[in-house]
Amino acid sequence: MKRLILALATAAALAVAQAPTPSADSILDRVDANAVPGNKILISEMTIHGRRDSRTLRSKSWIQGQEKAFSEYLDPPREQGTKMLKLGDQLWTYSPDTDRIISISGHMLRQSVMGSDLSYEDMMEDRRLRTAYEAKVAGQEAVGGRDCWIIEMTSRTGEAAYQSRKSWVDKERFLVLKEERYAKSGKLLKDVAVQSAIRVGERWVAERVIFRDALKQGGGTEFKVVSIEFDTAIPESLFSKASLRK
Amino acid sequence: MMKFLLKGILRDRTRSLFPFLIVTVGVFLSVALYGYLRGAEIDVVRSNANLGFGHVRVLTAAYARDIEQLPNDLALTGVSALTVQLCSAFPGMIWTPRIEYGGLLDVPDEKGETRAQAPIAGLAVELRAPSGPERELLGLDRILVRGRLPEKPGDMLISEGLAEKLKVNPGDKATLIGTTMHGSMALENFVISGTIRFGIQAMDRMAAIADLADVQKALDMPDAAGEILGFFQDGFYNQEKAAGLAQVFQARFGEGMDEFRPVIQTLRDQPGMDYLFRQLAYVTFLIVGIFLLSMSLVLWNAGLLGTLRRYGEFGVRLAIGEDKSRVYRSMIVEALMIGVLGSIAGTVLGLGLSYYLQAKGIDLSGMLKNVSFLMPTVIRSKVTPFSYVIGFIPGLVATLVGSAIAGRAIYKRQTASLFKELES
Repeated sequence: MKRLILALATAAALAVAQAPTPSADSILDRVDANAVPGNKILISEMTIHGRRDSRTLRSKSWIQGQEKAFSEYLDPPREQGTKMLKLGDQLWTYSPDTDRIISISGHMLRQSVMGSDLSYEDMMEDRRLRTAYEAKVAGQEAVGGRDCWIIEMTSRTGEAAYQSRKSWVDKERFLVLKEERYAKSGKLLKDVAVQSAIRVGERWVAERVIFRDALKQGGGTEFKVVSIEFDTAIPESLFSKASLRK
Repeated sequence: MMKFLLKGILRDRTRSLFPFLIVTVGVFLSVALYGYLRGAEIDVVRSNANLGFGHVRVLTAAYARDIEQLPNDLALTGVSALTVQLCSAFPGMIWTPRIEYGGLLDVPDEKGETRAQAPIAGLAVELRAPSGPERELLGLDRILVRGRLPEKPGDMLISEGLAEKLKVNPGDKATLIGTTMHGSMALENFVISGTIRFGIQAMDRMAAIADLADVQKALDMPDAAGEILGFFQDGFYNQEKAAGLAQVFQARFGEGMDEFRPVIQTLRDQPGMDYLFRQLAYVTFLIVGIFLLSMSLVLWNAGLLGTLRRYGEFGVRLAIGEDKSRVYRSMIVEALMIGVLGSIAGTVLGLGLSYYLQAKGIDLSGMLKNVSFLMPTVIRSKVTPFSYVIGFIPGLVATLVGSAIAGRAIYKRQTASLFKELES
């Protein structure tokens, strides 16, 4: 009997171990489903570790799907009241000191957001990974003690902010725990490392993330979720240029 | 003998006027060309010093490493105290902080929406300081085209070309979109107080000049500046003095390995400047050298011809018993006199033209449309002490040498055959 149980257990373990690797597209579908909510209200802190010093910015964002987002900086005083509005592929910023709404386009999209390791282009990324990239599973590896699929992605159209990405996706939570983003030349542009994740309802959210611009010499940017609410009603009027001046 | 020869030169114009005119023209061209090339050299160096690099430049070691990117996040901090220290350590210098920055100038319409936008090459200097050197260094009073110089906080000067591109006039508002010292987006409103034209293509396309304090506020750089420029009081760059100053500075301020320690660079250390200095010296040497050589050959030839033309005259003088050495000496003295008179006349004319071009200059803008470095479009002559003597090299030496060589024929003539020669 014991032998039978042992044989069954071994067979089960082998079956699990040799379970067919899911397709990259199906993994990305799960990643997108986890990452792209209907509505989201987020308060976050961004600590930028520059070559000279570090500074922390606090902001509140109202996000509707991947098309609409409105952010307001709460701190530090110099940035307080600075707002940003994203509608589809358009981005505007408002500064209370100048009372001007400026459209951010062209090469300005590659500029850093508030001196961080994130660019406006990073913020503008609104397409689902599955739609934007052709992907393949390149292997599996543990990241921070969690088993991950390694997914290699190449831009389908060449219009994405990064030509290719290599992502480590948590096998269970379908959360990207580590990512490297590359230029067309193959040069590493950015790497992203999730330090901790929290469960909010049915979703897993990266709570602390380190972004590092490979072309910068600073100590990276730490993004921290202070609070997050999903599927909360957001007035449609918020996503308009008029609301920037309010 | 001198008086006699001088009278001969003045009274017998057939033998002296042509050599005199040739010497005068040759010397005039030499002096004028030397003055113009020297002026061009000084103008190019001065433009690069005043508008870009200073005679020496203090900046952080980290800023110096990535200088092409104008990395204001690596700028000098505590600039007021450092400037005071520099003034006390090097009292013979003028020290002035500056910020160079890139960005966009955004012009709003009536609704505050973007009407026009253009990239700018921004320069922040102390414009409102009552005794500051910047107005003179940048020649702002001279290059102002429309409007007025900045007087109030928030005033900005832009190049006339940029104003035309943006379709703005003095009094219009524009928003600077730049990057703060921390890398954030900087937005600051300015009033276009006036327009300027440097006469330098690279700057006339996109220059914007505002007061240092305004830009420090806009770029979140309190008491910080990209660089502190140092200028010699006499306005002329001297490499030996600059290098000596740099050594003293390095020993006093530049110790340690901190990437934000101040370091100093001389004008010649700046990108492309060593090459420019060498090229300027080489080209001036080449052009003046070739010109002086060719002028010397012409004047030498004139001396030869003048002497040979008087072959008969010398023959008669020898025939009536004048000593060969005396004839030769008188010829040399005569050549010396013509050389001196021609050189003086040519130098006076050359200096006259040089002084005129020193004031007026020649506008070369049509030839410099695609030049991207700091090259002034109006090149002025420069009269230096050497301008007073350079014409004497071809004017005097060549004439003398020409006559001396031609005069050797006097010694080859045989007294016995002189009458035979003269008869024929």
